[in-house]
Amino acid sequence: MGVLDSKIPSGPLAEKWTKHKNDINLVNPANKRNIDVIVVGTGLAGGSAAATLAELGYNVKTFCYQDSPRRAHSIAAQGGINAAKNYQGDGDSPYRLFYDTIKGGDYRSREANVYRLAEESANIIDQCVAQGVPFAREYGGLLDNRSFGGVLVSRTFYAKGQTGQQLLLGAYAAMNRQINRGKIKSYTRHEMMDLVLVDGKARGIIARNLVTGEIERHSAHAVVLATGGYGNVFFLSTNAMGSNVMAAWRAHRRGAFFANPCFTQIHPTCIPVSGEHQSKLTLMSESLRNDGRIWVPKKKEDAIAIREGRLKPTQLAEEDRDYYLERRYPAFGNLVPRDVASRAAKERCDAGFGVNKTGEAVYLDFAAAIQRYGKEKALTSGIKNPDAATITKLGEEVVEAKYGNLFQMYEKIVDENPYKTPMMIYPAVHYTMGGLWVDYNLQTTIPGCYAAGEANFSDHGANRLGASALMQGLADGYFVLPYTIGDYLSNDIRTGAIPTDLPEFEATEKAVRERLEKLKAGSGQNSVDYYHKKLGKIMWNKCGMARNEQGLKEAIEEISALRKDFWENVRIPGEINAKNAELEKAGRVADFLELGELFAKDALERNESCGGHFREEYQTEEGEALRDDENFKYVAAWEYKGEPKDAQLHKEDLVYENIELKTRSYK
Amino acid sequence: MSGLIKSSIARKLVMALSGLFLVVFLTQHFVINFTSVIAPETFNQWSHFMGYNPLVQFVLQPILIAGVVIHFVMGFILEAQNKSARGVSYVKYNGGANASWMSRNMIYTGLVVLAFLGLHFYDFWVHEMAYKYVEVKAEDPTRYHAETVEKFAPIWRTLLYVVSFVLLSLHLWHGFASSFQSMGVNNKYSPVIQKIAKIFAVVIPLGFAFIAIYHHLNPITH
Amino acid sequence: MKLFLKIWRQKDASTKGQMVDYTLDGVEGDMSFLEMLDILNEDLINKGEEPVEFDHDCREGICGTCSLQINGEPHGPDRLVTTCQLHMRKFNDGDTIVIEPFRAKAFPVIKDLIVDRSSFDRIQQAGGYISVNTSGNTVDANAIPIEKHAADSAMDSATCIGCGACVAACKNASAMLFTSAKVSQFAQLPQGRVEATDRVMNMVRQMDLEGFGNCTNTGACEVECPKGISLENIARMNREYLAASVKG
Repeated sequence: MGVLDSKIPSGPLAEKWTKHKNDINLVNPANKRNIDVIVVGTGLAGGSAAATLAELGYNVKTFCYQDSPRRAHSIAAQGGINAAKNYQGDGDSPYRLFYDTIKGGDYRSREANVYRLAEESANIIDQCVAQGVPFAREYGGLLDNRSFGGVLVSRTFYAKGQTGQQLLLGAYAAMNRQINRGKIKSYTRHEMMDLVLVDGKARGIIARNLVTGEIERHSAHAVVLATGGYGNVFFLSTNAMGSNVMAAWRAHRRGAFFANPCFTQIHPTCIPVSGEHQSKLTLMSESLRNDGRIWVPKKKEDAIAIREGRLKPTQLAEEDRDYYLERRYPAFGNLVPRDVASRAAKERCDAGFGVNKTGEAVYLDFAAAIQRYGKEKALTSGIKNPDAATITKLGEEVVEAKYGNLFQMYEKIVDENPYKTPMMIYPAVHYTMGGLWVDYNLQTTIPGCYAAGEANFSDHGANRLGASALMQGLADGYFVLPYTIGDYLSNDIRTGAIPTDLPEFEATEKAVRERLEKLKAGSGQNSVDYYHKKLGKIMWNKCGMARNEQGLKEAIEEISALRKDFWENVRIPGEINAKNAELEKAGRVADFLELGELFAKDALERNESCGGHFREEYQTEEGEALRDDENFKYVAAWEYKGEPKDAQLHKEDLVYENIELKTRSYK
Repeated sequence: MSGLIKSSIARKLVMALSGLFLVVFLTQHFVINFTSVIAPETFNQWSHFMGYNPLVQFVLQPILIAGVVIHFVMGFILEAQNKSARGVSYVKYNGGANASWMSRNMIYTGLVVLAFLGLHFYDFWVHEMAYKYVEVKAEDPTRYHAETVEKFAPIWRTLLYVVSFVLLSLHLWHGFASSFQSMGVNNKYSPVIQKIAKIFAVVIPLGFAFIAIYHHLNPITH
Repeated sequence: MKLFLKIWRQKDASTKGQMVDYTLDGVEGDMSFLEMLDILNEDLINKGEEPVEFDHDCREGICGTCSLQINGEPHGPDRLVTTCQLHMRKFNDGDTIVIEPFRAKAFPVIKDLIVDRSSFDRIQQAGGYISVNTSGNTVDANAIPIEKHAADSAMDSATCIGCGACVAACKNASAMLFTSAKVSQFAQLPQGRVEATDRVMNMVRQMDLEGFGNCTNTGACEVECPKGISLENIARMNREYLAASVKG
């Protein structure tokens, strides 16, 4: 077991969570009033955790870098949230959701955590409906479901294409209620700069007020990090511009192990990059794959003609199109999991069949769906012998009702009408399964420091299924962390408030100030973005959808050199003691420059292909991922030892008692 | 209930209700005035009734004046609050891109209408008051038509009236329809209500203008 | 294309600001408005000047962080988009673009184009929630059927992103559309009816306290709202408020 104790409760899988809740220590309501908790990040996990902790009676302080908790990037999740409600009667159950999640994650997640997630999923829907989240409903007034990639049941609840927004506003509303009661003190436009440890326990943070530049000390009995993922290490991703790894990385440097950093999800359906100026990528919901068919031209000369603008995709005959997902994976077709769909797109584009100017795009075509829906609609509307134009018109109406907002977004960005010409899509970095290592209680390897949501590593293994991120964030925040943290806090009922004038606070604040001054002291040759873009290129080319030993080794060296260059030559205008966007970015990029190196090291060390981690050396003859359960059925948890490449590996062996390990097949 | 007086929504409601009241008044005023064109006898009769009926004079007239005062005073208060709510003004503000000229300039159209009311009071109300209470002349149920027609003999007055009616129309164009929104009426009937309100906003001022021009063009020859 | 930019620069809340002219070359139609500003900033940084600060985050039109009054309109001339989704193809070579922060007394400027919209948060804190504890045993989500029309309409109200364009567009700097969207969402759901009276009274009181202007039904907010929130919401809030005043 080594130094890692996952604290998974004993007993049968289905009873572990209930048993654990019965066994752990509680804090009585009067004592909760004497205990402070800091929550960093106010997305689904942080917002829901803060609200629930405050309801329970703890004094909560929340921190977010945005101008309002409501703007956390959970808001951008489009498609939906999974829950094993079995409202559709299609045989769904917590076990099936658990099974799909483990399989989708390519057998690299913890059974007990995932089962707990599946168990709590149904509660989330009940809770959110009670909060007034307006989920889509059927005409009978009951909740509607849709299906998502990698599963065979309909268990996804949704609110148009804005499910994340509605769930986040629900959590934000729950927070607001507690702010109004004085139980939460919300610090917006504040960034956590470091974690403060007292006697080895997390006892507070150093934060920077982003408006005034002031460095502040905040103490608490426990610190919850719900700061999201680190996809922005790639510069271009679907993450928000401000999404960063700073809080998690600062905790890592203070002793929290970082797990599976190389497990990154590349989402298959994003709008392709249009040029060098691009600052961010936009996702098109995976739900589009329910109706869209993905293809590239069969012949290379057609692809070239399309790229050069001599040929339109609509002119290409059916037999000249290669519906490669349907060809390779007949059972799941266009609904294969994200990692599989992304790699297949890259394979076709690398082979020279890409369809946009840069050769890095494939088609997502709704023509067939429009015809199918059009005919159906004509029948149900009692139109006999409809002509082609009527069918197309009716079909477009149906598609608009389902995906109208996404189509509109596409048209605004690309300036092409996706009803008339197929959408172009390409994979983009979207989600990071890796994160801070946590035990069953969501506690990191630092006592009193917890991680929830995308910031931890626990539930998605090597690949996350669609509509599961929202589920995990809310399960952690509403139903898991507020209870498990009590077990730890029960030891603190006599501690009293933590003073912020302890030497540990002093020292950490000093370190933060010195780091800011060091950043400002750069020679001033290049902007922060210059380095971020360079890092992104290294990451995308060498640690992206396909990785190999040589590339990863180069990446480690290149990132290390880039980091050195950054600290010597970065240019940050403005002042430290004022609003300074460049300084904010610089601090974040500095941490990405360390994380990137660990990322590459982790990918290099994992000599297998699994989920989102694809090593070119480890593939089947058909180009499918080749997992190595004998040697790599573990969580790689890295301990900080100075330079990222010197990090020390600790392995948490993954034990499968309820699921038989199989090769994932979606054929 | 105190919230109803202090809040922004209550102030909107006060504007809407007083405005609607003035619309009702405008309607009856128009009906009576129009008889001056088609039936001078009736006009005289009705005018006399309005001028000497105690209920009209001592109950309805003060209510009307209160309605006018409330509408204007509240309008000024709102305008002052709204101006200060912006804080620093925009260097470039393209109001025409998203809202009608009428809706953005209620204060100006309203001010013109207010100024017109001054003239109108001077022309008719002050004259009536003087006739009845200062000079204490005898009741004469036949004088109204001739007096009215005579007022429109000068072209400047007729023109002033017509211009004022145009601005009244612009004021009503937004104000009448908008009062329903303020009272919370926004449903499937709203498009019809809006249309009726807009027709009213054009037809009634047009009618008033017609009356003024008609009398200007048709002086009484003795 | 080449653009002439007039941008509001202001060091901090207590310093006076002014418009500053910039000329920017090499702008492409595929760029978003914010990517155009990124290029300007890269230029400024390389020249050793302080970049223009503006609020932005998701850059996909949903977080509501980006603001900017562009040529006299919030989020610029295009409809149903936020500034981050406004693309430069909507402008022509040689255009002059005036860029200002959203203006309202309740949105004080923090720096350059960044304003403080925490007044919106305080309105929500005053009552924009349903008082339900996290318990894991609230009633089953399907226990109360909700008519599809009502659920869809509540969803339409709920899509507000809290960007403040309604306030910026309104000649009165009124926050009625924002406040009414939340009141409406809950007013249309059975779960929200329970506290409907207190909610509308408290939220409107807070809205007035923050110093927003009064609604005069110009409809500018509806036109400029990037999410198409309808004036119907304001009418509904008016009704809710009047009913609540009579009751309370």
